[in-house]
Amino acid sequence: MSCENCACGEKKLDILTKFPENLKGLDKYIATLPLGEDVDRNRGFLIQVLHKAQEIFSYIPLELQLHVANQLGLHLSEVYGVISFYSYFTDKPVGKYKINICTGTACFVKGAGNVLDEFKRYLNLEDGETSKDELFSLGSLRCVGACSLAPVVMVNDKVYGNVTTQMVPEIINECQ
Amino acid sequence: MIKSAKELTKFYEKLKNKKQSNIVIQISLGTCGIAAGTTPILEKFKEEIEKQGSGDVITLVETGCMGLCHSEPSIRVIDTDSGKTMLYGNVKVESVEHIVARKAPKPVAGVETIEKNWYYPEDETNKFDALQARIVLKNSGKINPQDIDDYIAEKGYQALAKVLTEMTSQDVINEVTEAGLRGRGGGGFPTGRKWSFAAAQDSDVKYMICNADEGDPGAFMDRAVLEGDPHAVLEAMIIAGYAVGSNFGIIYIRAEYPLAIERLQLAIDQATERGLLGDDIFGSGFTFNIELKLGAGAFVCGEETALINSIEGKRGEPTFKPPFPAISGLWKKPTIVNNVETYANIPAIIRKGAKWFRSIGTEAAPGTKVFALAGKIDKVGLVEVPMGTSIKDIIFKLGNGIQGDKKFKAVQTGGPSGGCITTEMLDTPIGYESLIKLGSMMGSGGMIVMDEDDCMVDIAKFFLDFTVDESCGKCTPCRIGNKRLHEMLTKICNGTADMTTLTKLKNLSVAIKDTSLCGLGQTSPNPILSTIANFEDEYLAHIQDKKCPSGVCRELISFEINDKCIGCTICARHCPVDCITGKVKEVHVINQDECIKCGLCYDSCKFHAIERH
Repeated sequence: MSCENCACGEKKLDILTKFPENLKGLDKYIATLPLGEDVDRNRGFLIQVLHKAQEIFSYIPLELQLHVANQLGLHLSEVYGVISFYSYFTDKPVGKYKINICTGTACFVKGAGNVLDEFKRYLNLEDGETSKDELFSLGSLRCVGACSLAPVVMVNDKVYGNVTTQMVPEIINECQ
Repeated sequence: MIKSAKELTKFYEKLKNKKQSNIVIQISLGTCGIAAGTTPILEKFKEEIEKQGSGDVITLVETGCMGLCHSEPSIRVIDTDSGKTMLYGNVKVESVEHIVARKAPKPVAGVETIEKNWYYPEDETNKFDALQARIVLKNSGKINPQDIDDYIAEKGYQALAKVLTEMTSQDVINEVTEAGLRGRGGGGFPTGRKWSFAAAQDSDVKYMICNADEGDPGAFMDRAVLEGDPHAVLEAMIIAGYAVGSNFGIIYIRAEYPLAIERLQLAIDQATERGLLGDDIFGSGFTFNIELKLGAGAFVCGEETALINSIEGKRGEPTFKPPFPAISGLWKKPTIVNNVETYANIPAIIRKGAKWFRSIGTEAAPGTKVFALAGKIDKVGLVEVPMGTSIKDIIFKLGNGIQGDKKFKAVQTGGPSGGCITTEMLDTPIGYESLIKLGSMMGSGGMIVMDEDDCMVDIAKFFLDFTVDESCGKCTPCRIGNKRLHEMLTKICNGTADMTTLTKLKNLSVAIKDTSLCGLGQTSPNPILSTIANFEDEYLAHIQDKKCPSGVCRELISFEINDKCIGCTICARHCPVDCITGKVKEVHVINQDECIKCGLCYDSCKFHAIERH
């Protein structure tokens, strides 16, 4: 099924047609799973399939959710229910640079809140938003476990430690 | 393949007698070490050893977390002949060549050394000064977690061999029950008793789950164990499986711990390859397999019924107990859910016996507890202390007190479910019941230290913010009640609350505790109740005087420049909204209408000319 069958009416080229190689990769992974007749048991693989889907496509839009639902014999609402429940999954595109401010307790008492506010102001984005040019996504996460470096900011896989509000412009500049 | 207990012993002897190089250098490669820059150090060590031709004298060992987060990158040098060791902290790439050239556990010019008795007492002579006792973290930071041989050389899998060849299932449960081990995830339920419930069930399939969904922000004990000593958890799960009659183990781990996942998977593969996992382990006919399941970022999945729902591929919402998982859990089969740290105690209990375990800790809670010290503490790190150690010793001796010259205010244990402990309560010994009496709880082991600059109302709001975010939404008291609590706290923090707000806050907190379905809701008001009980004056200052005594709550503070200002213009240049004006070498002024109270000027001024009111 493609996006055309859905009620949203948007005529965007869907991600599955756009990246057939990605879809092949995902289907190959699903084919390795011991799926059977028992829908309940198949549901047990849903979260790991979604992890794989997000790893490949970087986000899980509706058409991809529908594809996963069909492959596992589940209803779309179940898949969407899971995606919307867990904070790890996203159905919106993410920016090239994912800026995540750790707001675990240790970082919070060391001023992560101010750092987050400064990023919001500087990038003119809210927590969880992606810039229009899809360059930056701003988010907060709970504890990366580098509490000795608090407050910590992660840009993709790079860790910045002991971040102050004054370092915000530098960190952004380093991305570009 | 290790086919029998005898073969394991033989292999262990062989590993023990293997000639070691004179010098062993251990490099701490846990997540925090890597974040602090250990990887380039490791590369440099390899390069230098090659360059200086010390390959046959020095062996490099990539270990997990040593617990010295405050001094990462940290390394340990051991002289294998004399057993002498030395710890170096904050190691820099430039220092590596000198450490390699020294070829001994001795001070190196320009490299920081760490006092030994603080860290690792077990093999040191000054045992009596030591506050720490390591059972769970025994191997972490010492062995290479990516090599099963390293674990076997530390008597790994010997407990499993003993269980499968000498003990019945009931013997194992008895031993664990006698040891008095209690759940280290926070609840403190006796582990042996939990196992006996599942063991008594007549079922063709039973499941052993390891809860590695460490969600308490600021706590990283389980991660350190999984990254530093994954085989201990695997061995314990197989033993537990044998005890309750289960052949399937599942480790439910946070997706946010990629390194732990990688090392666990490697450990599972290696154990399977050696025949320590799979069919007919040690020729006993017992089969056990373990698989990993990844979480996806939901704090509530630390609750066992929610965790089980998540493994079944559903939204991680808790369900009503009973039935307890030990009777009907995953796929409606008897299921045991134990936390990582609980499991990590098992091999030592089996090897050394219940009596030995009871000799550590207290009567009500034998053994040790791992704590992650973080926040405003001088030495951020991971410590393991016997139960009954005073909170004061942990914070002021092991953690070396507060950073800088600030005053201690409180320490939060139990994360968002716990409460704060104040100066007057610091002599309290660590224990499940003693902490509950203080209005806090043991929790999983996070200890966040706060100093005089922290506003306790703001801290309570922070935790509520977390709970509101993480509430699964299934039951009304938690979903709506916590939201209302958060709104009331916001009103207090921005100065729009009156005294009735405080009364409502207390009443609603009690109601949510009484009526929520799961542990998350039942404990979520704890940070509020405990900060009101201990710091009511701060609440009153916000409500009645419209002041934040710690200068944190933005709506209640203002910044002003005093006459110490020399007109250096630094503050004006840093101000993001350009609301600071003034000529060079003249006192500057802040336009209060435009100020967003970000504090950048306050942080940047070198002359203490900016005052926060």
